[in-house]
Amino acid sequence: MAAPKKAAAQDTSQGTSSGGSPPKFTREQELAALRDMLLIRRFEEKAGQLYGMGAIGGFCHLYIGQEAVVVGMQMALKDGDQVITGYRDHGHMLACGMEAKGVMAELTGRRGGYSKGKGGSMHMFSVEKKFYGGHGIVGAQVSLGTGLAFANWYRGNDSVSVAYFGDGAANQGQVYESFNMAELWKLPVIYVIENNRYAMGTAVSRASAQQDFSRRGASFNIPGKQVDGMDVRAVKAAGEEAAAWCRAGKGPFILEMQTYRYRGHSMSDPAKYRTREEVEKVRHDQDPIEQVRNRLLAAKVSEQELKAIDAEVRDIVNASAEFAQSDPEPDVAELYTDVYR
Amino acid sequence: MPIQVLMPALSPTMEKGNLAKWLKKEGEPIKSGDVIAEIETDKATMEVEATDEGTLGKILIPEGTADVAVNTPIATILADGETAADLAKDTAKTPAPARQEKAAGSAPPAAKAEAAQPKSAAPSAPQAVAEPDPEVPAGTAMVTQTIREALRDAMAEEMRRDADVFVMGEEVAEYQGAYKVTQGLLQEFGPKRVIDTPITEHGFAGIGVGAAMAGLKPIVEFMTFNFAMQAMDQIINSAAKTLYMSGGQMGCSVVFRGPNGAAARVAAQHSQDYSSWFSHVPGLKVVAPYSAADAKGLLKAAIRDPNPVIFLENEVLYGHSGEVPKLDDYVIPIGKARIVRAGSHVTIISWSNGMTYALKAADELAKEGIEAEVIDLRTLRPMDTETIVNSVKKTGRAVTVEEGWAQSGVGAEIAARIMEHAFDYLDAPVTRVSGKDVPMPYAANLEKLALPSAAEVVEAAKAVCYR
Repeated sequence: MAAPKKAAAQDTSQGTSSGGSPPKFTREQELAALRDMLLIRRFEEKAGQLYGMGAIGGFCHLYIGQEAVVVGMQMALKDGDQVITGYRDHGHMLACGMEAKGVMAELTGRRGGYSKGKGGSMHMFSVEKKFYGGHGIVGAQVSLGTGLAFANWYRGNDSVSVAYFGDGAANQGQVYESFNMAELWKLPVIYVIENNRYAMGTAVSRASAQQDFSRRGASFNIPGKQVDGMDVRAVKAAGEEAAAWCRAGKGPFILEMQTYRYRGHSMSDPAKYRTREEVEKVRHDQDPIEQVRNRLLAAKVSEQELKAIDAEVRDIVNASAEFAQSDPEPDVAELYTDVYR
Repeated sequence: MPIQVLMPALSPTMEKGNLAKWLKKEGEPIKSGDVIAEIETDKATMEVEATDEGTLGKILIPEGTADVAVNTPIATILADGETAADLAKDTAKTPAPARQEKAAGSAPPAAKAEAAQPKSAAPSAPQAVAEPDPEVPAGTAMVTQTIREALRDAMAEEMRRDADVFVMGEEVAEYQGAYKVTQGLLQEFGPKRVIDTPITEHGFAGIGVGAAMAGLKPIVEFMTFNFAMQAMDQIINSAAKTLYMSGGQMGCSVVFRGPNGAAARVAAQHSQDYSSWFSHVPGLKVVAPYSAADAKGLLKAAIRDPNPVIFLENEVLYGHSGEVPKLDDYVIPIGKARIVRAGSHVTIISWSNGMTYALKAADELAKEGIEAEVIDLRTLRPMDTETIVNSVKKTGRAVTVEEGWAQSGVGAEIAARIMEHAFDYLDAPVTRVSGKDVPMPYAANLEKLALPSAAEVVEAAKAVCYR
């Protein structure tokens, strides 16, 4: 199985095009993207460690390798836009501005976690940051995210909802039920398909008749685009185009982000379905963080300045890990709260 | 021999209708397929087509007649060569069509008449109210409404009150509701708040829950709850669990409503009671009213409730009328049962259409000197254990009545609660009357057997009274 194709924003939509190399970032944008992607990577690495130590239980799906997708998309959104995703959600929460402490403490099942320890890795929410979860049933977030867009349409505001899902979820039936209604009612929703090439252990080629996910909305007349999901600039540009489409009242837009996850599906997955060489090649050639770092170095940003970002991110992550291990477990009285309100 | 034209049924559950208009006059020639009359119910208007050729002999039911029972002869058609004189011979005939007589085989005539029209077995909803509902002030004026109208009014009132409330589902707007429960809502509230969906229950249930997560208050109509099975994941995994999974931060205020339980002659996939399925799940509230007043008051409460509420209606009951308090804001709290009939010998507990059997049985039992206390649960989750237990402490005996299957049913849950809270008061084991442990059959006689009956309730009540 090949590494993610370098699709320079292949256009399969109607009359929208960018093509070529993505617009350049300013120095500030590059630095911000680097910092946000690094935070996700270091956070996930730490979560992996804590899992190995037994501090995190159950399922734990790491986002390492895919950081450019959510960071680039977030750079394309504005206040009020909503985000919803599946179970590989830590990166999305951090990108939405949720605190690392609260996310990590939820992973360890502590009272200071975003869900008071009752949700765990796959179920965290922040109404304040417009992050609507964190959903464990593959594909369910697509209908829910369409419902968030429905609320925007109903209220007549110009907010956009972004529903993230994977190449695996893209085969679920309710995804197409949602596509149909979203286009029928012109709902402002961006469907971001994070194609990381494997649905758990099943390669895209073994599960999908149509492997060009940008065309999955074709029979509903939903425009779509393949995007190099390893290049944060390409992601941001595509996100802006999709958001503009939605805000103009033209309905939904599909973005296929061609990306790659370096780790297994979950912590318990040894990833025997692909070669070590395949993973190494992507890491070496396309790593989203290294791309930004190399551009910054080429633009004469000092090593020292980059190290300062590393240090800041490590401090945040270490503090979150410390908090997540020292914070008490939920009070036993919490067992029966929050069933109804 | 002159052919009788009978009052047709527009749906399996229709019992009577109005003869709105005759489109042919006596003496006019009629071809097969001609529209000869229009009939209407509170749900729909339909044209009556002739299936035979000849001349319209005599109109038996004049236009403008209300409440004509299904299968009543409404006109006669004379075949070629017949004259009005032939009509006289025919007037004494019974309305049952000859073909059905033959098909019914050896069953006795009385059983046949009932079987051909199963809902005639359901009495016109005996709504004997022994105790006034505590929520209604004395002296309140009452209006007579069908349950269908009461539900519609509840939605309309809440939509007027709160702009975040909207209705979505299949055929709810242009068609005015598959069962006409949303009649007139599109005209009053427009297409943004009364939304026809494609036939995609899983998807639109998810969209409804997502909209609720964003703060709107959707009423999601399922054409019947059988189709809600397609949406079960969104109802259970998304709607019911999110408040808990978010540590109380984010929930959803959404009502899933529609007809539940057995309709009539629609077979296994369209006749199932899902009461126990939904009442199993923490995070959901489950409401299942029987009377028109409760339908209205409880639906208003469900729409206002900040939690996901499953609102189980019943197709058979939609056309039944009852007294509804004429109050500006009639809201009945969720979670309270009602003692519909007071008695001291045995407690009968039911809800929704099960109350039909329970109340009829109570009438029968009274004739034999057994005074049954009949409790309408109204809400299945949270269940009003206190009202059940207090009654059983008084009577020492309990019978549960449900259309659903007995295994893991609501009756089983009630029996367990009585055992937990009133074991020492019991003079007999709690007995369940339920739907039989089979998928719903189509044949009229088998369908009748598969459902609970008043006779079974009477038998069970006598058994626990050792009579």
